Amino acid sequence: MSNIASAFENKKAFIPFITCGDPDLATTEECVVRMEKAGASLIELGIPFSDPTAEGPVIQAASIRALKAGATTDKIFEMVSRLREVRGVKVPMVFMTYANVVFSYGAERFCEKAKACGISGCILPDVPYEEKGEFADVFAKYDMDLISLVSPASEDRIRMISAEATGFIYVVSSLGVTGVRSSITTDIHALCAKVKESSKVPCAVGFGISTPEQAKTMAGESDGVIVGSAIVKLLAQYGKDAPDHVEEYVRSMVSAVSSI
Amino acid sequence: MADSKGRFGIHGGQYIPETLMNAVNELEQAYNHYKDDPEFNRELTYLYDEYAGRPSRLYYAEKMTKDLGGAKIYLKREDLNHTGSHKINNVLGQALLAKKMGKTRLIAETGAGQHGVATATAAALMGMECVVFMGKVDTERQALNVYRMKLLGASVVPVEDGTATLKDAVSATMREWASRIDDTHYCLGSVMGPHPFPTIVRDFQAVISRESRAQILEKEGRLPDYVLACCGGGSNAIGSFYHYINDPDVKLIGCEAAGRGIDTFETAATINTGKLGIFHGMKSYFCQNEYGQIAPVYSISAGLDYPGIGPEHAMLHDTGRAQYVAVTDDEAVDAFEYLSKTEGVIPAIESAHAVAHAMKLAPTLPKDKIIIITISGRGDKDVAAIARYRGENIYE
Repeated sequence: MSNIASAFENKKAFIPFITCGDPDLATTEECVVRMEKAGASLIELGIPFSDPTAEGPVIQAASIRALKAGATTDKIFEMVSRLREVRGVKVPMVFMTYANVVFSYGAERFCEKAKACGISGCILPDVPYEEKGEFADVFAKYDMDLISLVSPASEDRIRMISAEATGFIYVVSSLGVTGVRSSITTDIHALCAKVKESSKVPCAVGFGISTPEQAKTMAGESDGVIVGSAIVKLLAQYGKDAPDHVEEYVRSMVSAVSSI
Repeated sequence: MADSKGRFGIHGGQYIPETLMNAVNELEQAYNHYKDDPEFNRELTYLYDEYAGRPSRLYYAEKMTKDLGGAKIYLKREDLNHTGSHKINNVLGQALLAKKMGKTRLIAETGAGQHGVATATAAALMGMECVVFMGKVDTERQALNVYRMKLLGASVVPVEDGTATLKDAVSATMREWASRIDDTHYCLGSVMGPHPFPTIVRDFQAVISRESRAQILEKEGRLPDYVLACCGGGSNAIGSFYHYINDPDVKLIGCEAAGRGIDTFETAATINTGKLGIFHGMKSYFCQNEYGQIAPVYSISAGLDYPGIGPEHAMLHDTGRAQYVAVTDDEAVDAFEYLSKTEGVIPAIESAHAVAHAMKLAPTLPKDKIIIITISGRGDKDVAAIARYRGENIYE
């Protein structure tokens, strides 16, 4: 069983996202420790990209803050190593970034370093099924999962995407970009059911989820819930003082998801 | 695994979020259906000829030729098109296609505003809703074009993200498309982005070289020795090159914006300073740092102020079929003034980059050589900015 599968074992997973280096890497490091403490099943670490075309304004702004503060792919690898070796973090972690960050680093070199510091997989929102080959082969070689995404617009594509998915399937709840939404109008039940018909791995729902009520509803339809913008907002609001708030928020969401 | 589509050598592809994949697949199917459809082509030709004023002239620039004392220079006058640039060629094609697909709303990015104005024009003509995304910096540099778009019934959204220029406008338009696909067509303005855009835009812009080839054969009885065009994303350049690609004796030269120089950080010369990467839906060359972060680029020309280049150009560079040279702001402004004074043609500052290279090249060539320069747009929109560049305090 891969690390990622263990995140979904016998429970609904709560998967928080954080942009690395916002406001600085020390704060990110502390937040990850607190997220694990609060019961996160899997943590998504965003490597900031200058032009994140799948993100709404909240994560766009966090990416710009992180890059301005000096976050780089190498410094993020160092932070993850510290989390594993110094802080004793055991929770599975995946990267979420954009194709050019991995491509420019060299997919092989990226995977080698990511694997060595304890990363289980990667989400690349601008690499759809048709383009995954050049990345998926390298990820597989290092026993890391390239996470597939399915969206409400995928329709006839769901079967082929799900059949080859590894790790877990990221079910995008709504059209558009990441960001807090007051309501999600997609028929998540039908979407997840279609994914599950042809997939062997768990599916987690993300995009637009911020409240415990939403998380509970989404966890009822799937194997887990992903939350990004709501956490990144706490970082924007509290900066270096965010870890306490992040821990409290993640605990409330874990509790909502576990109540299913 | 399915194969990647829309490759030009190693470049191109479809690096976009899953949410947009069915939209680009639907566009590809529609385009494949209509591109050889006689009725579609009849309608498009009618719009080109009767509405946009095609064919554009191939004008012998006699004074410039004599003044430079070398090769014979022709100007392909895309500046004479309706809306004042080559952008209308692509926009009329895409708007007609979108209409056939049942779309009722066009969205577009714009840099200098030429593509935005062209899209707003086509939307007005065809009774479609239109929203144009434009970097905030560019809305200030090109305030008249903003008003022009509004006059045509479009709404203009100033984009404040990132560097607030063309690349950010492209990102914002992609985000908008991902949130509203059913009734909306993204009328992309250059030979870039995910497949099928680089092919669709190239095919619609290829009218430039289809005409210039016939025109030069009629006037000179032979093909030109050089074809020059300015090159940002590269739509007027690929359109100017396309029908000469299989004529190896015709040298193709794309003129990139060097800004303050390719040895400075204030440049937008992608082939000359960028490296291979993946961005805005395509694999190609991009200005970027060692970690793949896209570089903030700079050029006096809002239309060339883009950190990437279309994938077909990247391939033409790799194979050596086309050459890409860098032209600085200073050289482009000199050429802007030179063409105005010498031929009475005020070129767009974008097009002036190609004129500037011709001014260097022509005197080195014998008099029996022929150069065609594409004047991709007219320079009215740039007059105030050039005046300020020369220290005159003129505002629009």
